[in-house]
Amino acid sequence: MAEPVITVDALTTHYGAQCVLRDINLAVAEGEILVIMGGSGSGKSTLLYHLLGLLEPTEGAIRILGMDINRCSNRELEDVRRHTGVAFQGGALFSSLSVGDNIRLPLEEHTGLDRSTIDIMVRMKLEVVELAGREHLMPSQLSGGMVKRAALARAVVMDPRLLFCDEPSAGLDPVVAAGIDDLILKLREALGMSIVVVTHELESAFKIADRIVVLDQGAILASGSPAELRAHPSDKLQRLFNRQPEIPDFDADAYLHRLMGDAVP
Amino acid sequence: MATLVDRLEIIGRRTVSGVAEVGLAGALLADTLFWLVVGPWRRQPVRLGAAVQQMAEVGVYALPIVTVLGLTIGVMLAIQGIYTLRNFGAESHVVVGIALSMTREFGPLITAVLVAGRSGSALAARLATMRINQEVDALRVMGIDPVRYLVAPPLLGLLVMLPALTVFTDGVGLLGAGLYVDNELGMGLVPYAQRLKDVLKVDDVLHGVGKSVIFALLIALIGVVNGAGVTGGAEGVGRVTTRSVVQAISAIVITDMLFAFAVTR
Ligand SMILES: Nc1ncnc2c1ncn2[C@@H]1O[C@H](COP(=O)(O)OP(=O)(O)OP(=O)(O)O)[C@@H](O)[C@H]1O
Ligand SMILES: [Mg+2]
Repeated sequence: MAEPVITVDALTTHYGAQCVLRDINLAVAEGEILVIMGGSGSGKSTLLYHLLGLLEPTEGAIRILGMDINRCSNRELEDVRRHTGVAFQGGALFSSLSVGDNIRLPLEEHTGLDRSTIDIMVRMKLEVVELAGREHLMPSQLSGGMVKRAALARAVVMDPRLLFCDEPSAGLDPVVAAGIDDLILKLREALGMSIVVVTHELESAFKIADRIVVLDQGAILASGSPAELRAHPSDKLQRLFNRQPEIPDFDADAYLHRLMGDAVP
Repeated sequence: MATLVDRLEIIGRRTVSGVAEVGLAGALLADTLFWLVVGPWRRQPVRLGAAVQQMAEVGVYALPIVTVLGLTIGVMLAIQGIYTLRNFGAESHVVVGIALSMTREFGPLITAVLVAGRSGSALAARLATMRINQEVDALRVMGIDPVRYLVAPPLLGLLVMLPALTVFTDGVGLLGAGLYVDNELGMGLVPYAQRLKDVLKVDDVLHGVGKSVIFALLIALIGVVNGAGVTGGAEGVGRVTTRSVVQAISAIVITDMLFAFAVTR
């Protein structure tokens, strides 16, 4: 079997005295979608920042695309980053640049392509995320869902082998959130990349994941395919799922249909 | 009540973080120089377009207010000078005092204080906002060095424009003083200019301009260090912005005094 695109080996990290990540081991295969799930404060973002090489672990090793990102040279890390795309939680679009210029930026910085070629590539990615014709808008003029789409377009504009998404559907209404989930699946199909998604949304995790890793208080509580997790939920896992806030007697879909009628896709 | 030991510990910690900030400023400066020299070779040049835009921002747009302040300071120096010298019946010597204090002290000082308030604060606020919106993280994972992309252009802008503005302030200040002197002593602008030419040495102007280069470094580095060190949300942005202005103005005034002590005395 080919080497996994991500290998995390015995990763442990402390913030001062607090242990925020404890003995994390995981691997992501080529073309796989891994979902990192867990409640608030379970260490999801911290783990993601380690995978991005933005935080250094206290112990353990992380290999991304065959490179130990904490021990390789800056040049090698840069090389890894050119094959990696990241969609941050808030989008992290550059507020002084238009949507089009945001998406164009990695191409302009890293390739010697001429303007018209770059324009074509940007337009293609805008089509994929269904933002065609919106490239002139500024980030402040976008809705929450559009920000996430633009961030995804920027993340994949270099056709990365590996895509990271932090809470891609958090803070969106259920219809738009489902659209983002579909978009992630579409990106994998169209561009064949491996994807790591961080989320606390149970439903979207089970929808898009090939494999799920559940974090609790910095440690892996359970991992496996959605089917495996459904079939063998341990007591602790059950409790964690039940901890997700539920609104009793509230059918969001029915409510939306009543509100918006046929406009709901 | 805090014990003496507690207080000593707080002072100790602040000292350590203060030294760390100075170290960070030095590292930033070294990094900027590195990218200026090495960037083009690596096909990652410092963005000159952005630097030019910063120059307009720092220099050109500040012209109206600098003009007003320069004229005012000039008139003020003339009033004070004439008032002081009248006691000795030596009003006609007022030009020497005006020329030297304007070019050696007030021109550089007033311009730097103004630019610290206008541009240093803007730099700190911009970087802080970008940090909080994860835009700086986004740059790093794109393999775009934040120092090259975000720090070098405003640093260049300040290094070019503050000295230029200082010369401009000197000019309008001397003009303002001349107008007042002409009005008060009936000297005539041409003899005033002639007198200026006699008493003012190139060294005096260069002394001021040299200081303004150092002031520019102080404003830029203090702005960047504060912006990069932001914690908390929008409130944090406000805090570091204020802090950067207060620190920059203090640093400018103290440096100016040290200069006067070392060179003018
Ligand atoms: N810079 C930091 N310094 C100290 N502790 C931190 C820091 N960042 C995070 N933590 C702690 O690490 C733990 C994990 O935080 P993290 O942000 O990774 O959680 P999360 O799973 O992403 O939560 P959320 O869903 O709310 O974003 C928390 O207990 C948090 O308090
Ligand atoms: Mg988080």
